[in-house]
Amino acid sequence: MEDILNASLVLANFVIIPSLAYGAQLALGALGVTLIYAVLRFANFAHGDLMAFGTMAVILVTWFFQAQGIGLGPLPTALLALPFGIIAAVLLAMGTDRFVYRFYRKKRAAPVTFVIASVGVMFVYNALTRIFIGTSDIRFEDGERFLIRARESREWMGLAEGLALRSSQALTLVVAIIVVVALFWSLQKTRTGKAMRAYSDNEDLALLSGINPGRVVLITWVIAATLATIAGTLYGLDKSFRPFNYFMLLLPIFAAAVVGGIGQPFGAIAGGFVVAFSEVSITYAYRRVLSHILPEEWMPDGLAQLLSTDYKFAVSFIILVLVLLVRPNGIFKGRVI
Amino acid sequence: MSFLIGEGMTGGYGGADILHDCTISVDKGEVAVIVGPNGAGKSTAMKAIFGMLNLREGAVRLGERAITGMTPQERVRAGMGFVPQTGNVFRTLTVQENLEMGAFIRDDDFSDTMEQVFSLFPVLAEKRRQPAGELSGGQRQQVAVGRALMTRPDVLMLDEPTAGVSPIVMDDLFDKIIDVANTGIAILMVEQNARQALAIADKGYVLVQGRNRFTDTGEALLANPEVRRSFLGG
Repeated sequence: MEDILNASLVLANFVIIPSLAYGAQLALGALGVTLIYAVLRFANFAHGDLMAFGTMAVILVTWFFQAQGIGLGPLPTALLALPFGIIAAVLLAMGTDRFVYRFYRKKRAAPVTFVIASVGVMFVYNALTRIFIGTSDIRFEDGERFLIRARESREWMGLAEGLALRSSQALTLVVAIIVVVALFWSLQKTRTGKAMRAYSDNEDLALLSGINPGRVVLITWVIAATLATIAGTLYGLDKSFRPFNYFMLLLPIFAAAVVGGIGQPFGAIAGGFVVAFSEVSITYAYRRVLSHILPEEWMPDGLAQLLSTDYKFAVSFIILVLVLLVRPNGIFKGRVI
Repeated sequence: MSFLIGEGMTGGYGGADILHDCTISVDKGEVAVIVGPNGAGKSTAMKAIFGMLNLREGAVRLGERAITGMTPQERVRAGMGFVPQTGNVFRTLTVQENLEMGAFIRDDDFSDTMEQVFSLFPVLAEKRRQPAGELSGGQRQQVAVGRALMTRPDVLMLDEPTAGVSPIVMDDLFDKIIDVANTGIAILMVEQNARQALAIADKGYVLVQGRNRFTDTGEALLANPEVRRSFLGG
């Protein structure tokens, strides 16, 4: 019994809790991608770098607050800086739409044109972030690092293993739940949310009903940029901020959006967790878990790791390819790409 | 002078003209039906009246207003409702949300209009929380008509409302359309099922190659031997 408890604690510390946090971060990112897809009908390659830009703005404001001695006590200062980062990202996204995407919308360009334009936008965002903050690894988490410490909980429970919960992980889950509930409520209940869904469902009929497409597009960018900044900041708090990593996040985020069914907000969330759990559980070395439950002579010699962490992006790739082959419209029947 | 009139309409989608000096009109409380063979420009005439194609010549008037230069959206605000032939409901939205979207341009309380639509189409009241895409073809057409009625239009335009529904459902839909006309709304529709449509029409237009060929009451057209022989299959 004690062995199983110990094994599950290790599993919780190294697989379940990290996957939940990572999954929530991916879900917030994928929600942005899927909303852009639903309304503007293209896969936005610049989303990862929009996350990076928003997070950069959060970090700059965080530094300013820290220099002024303003903080939130046990909570990270970044939470206080978050609204400023969101404003910066929203302005950037709105400006991009005004000067890039609107041009193609007027020309009624094909979706692939938008995709390629978004690749260009991605490079511009990327460069902007690098000019302002550089390419190095930045840790900006402050306040209380742990909510539950492994050593204390181990002594309290009297087991060989303890439970560790970092505050950034708990914060990620709490913020993600609040954001998702708020988003779904507004999509389902408000006039603007319904207009967005109507526009996504049937553009011509939405026009006929007097829905202003310019407004729908604008609000979609505001929401997507907000989600991107929140997702990026939570990811940066949980791990660290490095612009290149955010560009790389695009792949698991796309995989999450496609797995859930692109254009389906609910699917993006499910997809985020599917990708996160697959990635973490396939690249985790289970040796320590096994050491608690297997008898000595059955212990494997290696780390009991299915795939090296270097290959973690391969997991997203495989999921993406499998879904597109087997069920191209995803778990929740999104649009076929 | 008719309430809605498209007079001497000539034009097309950019290339050659499809409509040639075509005139269509309808009065409040009346059902006017446009029939004719495939490619006669029936739907095109409807779209011209709704402002979905540019007219080279001719004019469209609604009541006392000249609306020839208005966009379709402006015409909706001016009191015209349009039900396209395909894609006429928001499939992923519930029946009630479809009606709400129909009333999007209204800032006042539209709950009484929604109740009127529900009393006209009782089946929709039952299914108000169901996505419109899950309904049967006939029910979906009712959603489409209901959505267009939410702006309380003076004119309702229907592009082949009975396309792809069974004969029983078709009769039912025609009954509903008469009910709508009886509330004082002018109804203009394009129909493939010419015989049944003319039977309920106050006014019928037979178009051939974008021109008015016969114009008369529905009854008279049904009795006209030439119309019967050429367009109604004997």
